Amino acid sequence: MSTTEIDRQWTTRLRRRAAGKLPPEKLLPDTQPTYVASWIYVFGVATLSSLIVVIATGCVLALRGPYWWHGSPYGHFVNSLHLWSVELFFFAMVVHLWGKFFMAAWRGGRSLTWMTGVVTFLASIGAGFTGYVAQTNFDSQWISTQAKDGINSGGVGAYFNPLDLGQMLMWHIVLLPIAAVVLTGLHVLLVRIKGVVPPFDESAEAAQ
Amino acid sequence: MSTKRFRPDVDAPEYKGGYSPYDIIKEGTIAIGVIFLLTLLLAILFGSPDEHAITIKTWSNAAPIDFATTATSELNGTSTTGGYGAPYNNASDGPALGPIHVAHLIGVRIPINTVKDFVIDPLKSLPNQPVLDQNLAMWASASTSTRSTWIANYTKASANMKFTDGHVVVNATDAGPVPVMVDSLTQMARSGALDQALVTGSGFYTTDFTKPLLFVSDGTYLADLATKQHLSGDQWGMMNETGSYPGQAWLWLYSFWYQIPPFNTSGNADILILGIMLLLSVGLLLLPFIPGLRSIPRRTRVYRIIWREHYQNLK
Amino acid sequence: MGWLSSFATIFPLNNLGHYLHWHFLLISRSNLIVTILMVATFLAALFLPFPGRRSRKENQ
Repeated sequence: MSTTEIDRQWTTRLRRRAAGKLPPEKLLPDTQPTYVASWIYVFGVATLSSLIVVIATGCVLALRGPYWWHGSPYGHFVNSLHLWSVELFFFAMVVHLWGKFFMAAWRGGRSLTWMTGVVTFLASIGAGFTGYVAQTNFDSQWISTQAKDGINSGGVGAYFNPLDLGQMLMWHIVLLPIAAVVLTGLHVLLVRIKGVVPPFDESAEAAQ
Repeated sequence: MSTKRFRPDVDAPEYKGGYSPYDIIKEGTIAIGVIFLLTLLLAILFGSPDEHAITIKTWSNAAPIDFATTATSELNGTSTTGGYGAPYNNASDGPALGPIHVAHLIGVRIPINTVKDFVIDPLKSLPNQPVLDQNLAMWASASTSTRSTWIANYTKASANMKFTDGHVVVNATDAGPVPVMVDSLTQMARSGALDQALVTGSGFYTTDFTKPLLFVSDGTYLADLATKQHLSGDQWGMMNETGSYPGQAWLWLYSFWYQIPPFNTSGNADILILGIMLLLSVGLLLLPFIPGLRSIPRRTRVYRIIWREHYQNLK
Repeated sequence: MGWLSSFATIFPLNNLGHYLHWHFLLISRSNLIVTILMVATFLAALFLPFPGRRSRKENQ
């Protein structure tokens, strides 16, 4: 087999491209620029950590099915963990968003990083919503019957019916978590590829 | 090669400064630990809400007149669902965005006929009811105009509806089988059988609660309970939660528009606000490309606080 | 499984919430606390000195 044939293989080309874009020392760095010295940088990893706790507690709830937590004190406690990890998740994500906005973190070819972050935020709101309507209690009865009007008004209700518990539960535990995890993964990889945005160069600005 | 002009809100300066040690795995592990402990603490301290779902049985026993009035509105088509339009029926064009009725264009995808689905079909499923069966046969053989006359006469008289000795009493003349139908449906609801009939309409297995939820939300019982908990749309209810738990606070902006004119009185509020929120979401998504908005961080100089050590070191 | 009942909540928030009403603004005390905490956390993250980086200045 000639070298050129190996060179042309899809596998070889993908591996070289990936290794070029994201060598191990970029994927798992052991240093970072000295300007990364503020508590505001903590909220990205806090959001990611909350997502991990959200998924872990959700998996425990999934073990015994959607009605378990109504009748079991242990189930109710796991539900409490799930709820509070979600509150922490959104809390950390909003502070992260504010921080990245005031750093104009999209600069230097990082607009895709910003955009994947925004889409993750929107997907998370969808995941939160489907979770609220999949609780099978008074809350979900009220939220689903109210939200249907907004969703129906845009024609979306014809395909995404908040009154259909089965559909909402599927979106909540399969489709939206996959979306959130894939988007978050992409977001984190982009941060590792592009690095953390450098501070504004005030001297260059003054010179202009 | 011509040097492109440096755009401070789009381009980033090349960093030529130093690097310091950073243990990403240690940071991640500590973060997960801290978040888990915080979650544990909050869950132990505050728990989580779980108000039981109401059933048509609890509703019709607590408020039989409200139930029977709602059943009447399902028959005469004045209920919310009866007059909804798409995706449930063609009773109205629904809310419009300018000249476009978006939902109407997409059409009836979840067909609901309130007379058939909420009243006639459930009643037909009741066994051993000779009087009811006679009345249902009378209904089935009547013309559309006769049915309308019966319903109109019953509706008029139902302003003085009473609930005595476990029965709905309406002194209506020329209302055909309607008084028996409404009373039987109320009996059925109070026994719990209507809850089952509405969900099992599509077969043995079901996870679809569209019909019972639409029926329940046509009454005032659910809304009254929700209003007590500050959950109504005009109470910023979208972001509130039962009890004193924090709710979906991140929906504040979506909720906000419903509180102010012209949306708080507009019949098209739902589609208008959906449109605004879609536009704002796209705006947030494309913020890096919007001149003016993308300059706010540089102009407000909040970044001076974040990177204060960096700028001190430069001096 | 009796030990599981030790998962009882210390301060359950099931009582009807307190709401603050100002013109068209109506917000539950809990949501207000969460919002204030969020802003406070953001400001604290901006202004609190970040530990462990102090020594570097001398190194440079």
